[in-house]
Amino acid sequence: MRHLISPLDFSVEELDRLMDLANDIEANPQKYAHVCDGRILATLFYEPSTRTRLSFESAMSRLGGKVIGFSSASASSAAKGESVADTIRMVSCYTDICAMRHPKEGAPLVASLKSSIPVINAGDGGHQHPTQTLTDLLTIRSLKGRLGDLTVGLCGDLKFGRTVHSLMNALVRYTGIRFVLISPHELRIPSYIRENVLAANHVPYTEVENLEEAMPELDILYMTRVQRERFFNEEEYIRMKDCYILDKAKMALGKEDMLVLHPLPRVNEIATEVDDDPRAVYFRQAKYGVYIRMALIMTLLEVSPC
Amino acid sequence: MLNISGLEEGIVLDHIPAGKSMDIYKHLGLGHLDCQVAIIKNARSAKMGRKDIIKIEGGLDTVDLNVLGFIEHKITVNIIRNGQIAEKKTLRLPKKITNIIRCKNPRCITSIEQELPHVFVLTDEEHKIYRCMYCEEKYGKKG
Repeated sequence: MRHLISPLDFSVEELDRLMDLANDIEANPQKYAHVCDGRILATLFYEPSTRTRLSFESAMSRLGGKVIGFSSASASSAAKGESVADTIRMVSCYTDICAMRHPKEGAPLVASLKSSIPVINAGDGGHQHPTQTLTDLLTIRSLKGRLGDLTVGLCGDLKFGRTVHSLMNALVRYTGIRFVLISPHELRIPSYIRENVLAANHVPYTEVENLEEAMPELDILYMTRVQRERFFNEEEYIRMKDCYILDKAKMALGKEDMLVLHPLPRVNEIATEVDDDPRAVYFRQAKYGVYIRMALIMTLLEVSPC
Repeated sequence: MLNISGLEEGIVLDHIPAGKSMDIYKHLGLGHLDCQVAIIKNARSAKMGRKDIIKIEGGLDTVDLNVLGFIEHKITVNIIRNGQIAEKKTLRLPKKITNIIRCKNPRCITSIEQELPHVFVLTDEEHKIYRCMYCEEKYGKKG
């Protein structure tokens, strides 16, 4: 039995197979409409999430399976003080696979150590968000045709932004990757990413504070939201939240074939005037999120079309 | 010179930095052993000026010496058999340590689930870096 806790749990070859499957699901959805008939996915969401939870629910429904779960800690037995380990033991009796989001870092790993069903990390605090990473990889590979030889700009909250950390972890395994890290000084990447991911893999990167300067060299621009819920101090959040706003003027500085990704939801870091630009692919990215989660559920449940 | 009777079988932890013996006593769980344990504090040392020494009778199977590699790798570990030093052990950094140090990250799952073991994994042997198994927070060793 396998889990997905970190984006590194799958090898590059396994990721390729997963993305091939996702692309086949996209092309032939009917072929997969009943592969999970009779199976149940548990969505254990200890903190609010709209799109990740709906994306999992949509994925399981499109495979013919059913979904049960909760969408906040207050609606779960955690409110009564139940541990993650006890909850997963109980959920293992009810369902076949589970997706867990938790505000505390490492909670899905704790669950996987006690679980008898596959556990998918659907985001743990500011730590990892591997299914978003799979979505991002599938989006880039499908629309750009490759995952290597890319200059990837990561912009916004690089300190608490788990999607950024997970994506970096995954991309450093491909050749020719270069990062441009665009953030205010206070929201720069944490030391463990700098040491264990960038330095350990000898990946070239630059750190800048100005988005305009970075734009012309980027193949991918990955925008992130400054997340209010990651700050202990409201004043700091207010000071940082409007650091970067991508608008038409900035887009004009980018390459013609650059792609703009965003894990969503956005607040105001991408002006709505950018939405019609063909390089803005964040809504298509959300669709790829369903396909890759379908492929992931199938892979972890070891099911395939008849 | 203070005399402590010699060991027939056991372990002598020598060259412990002065004042650190009680930390080691605690981390090795020596308080839970039934055998004789002697702690010598502030012994004179030509090499160190002052040092601590711990003598443990028997205990070869019950003491996790790997932990010492994390606490203080300069300690000399002498294994005593038949009243003689039979072996000098070289300490290595353990790959994993459990409940020796605690994760200080307020966002870590261990901050709210008290019964979870605090497990740290050696991620960079060259720089002696340990990270929390759950949240990957780096352990900052003081002193």
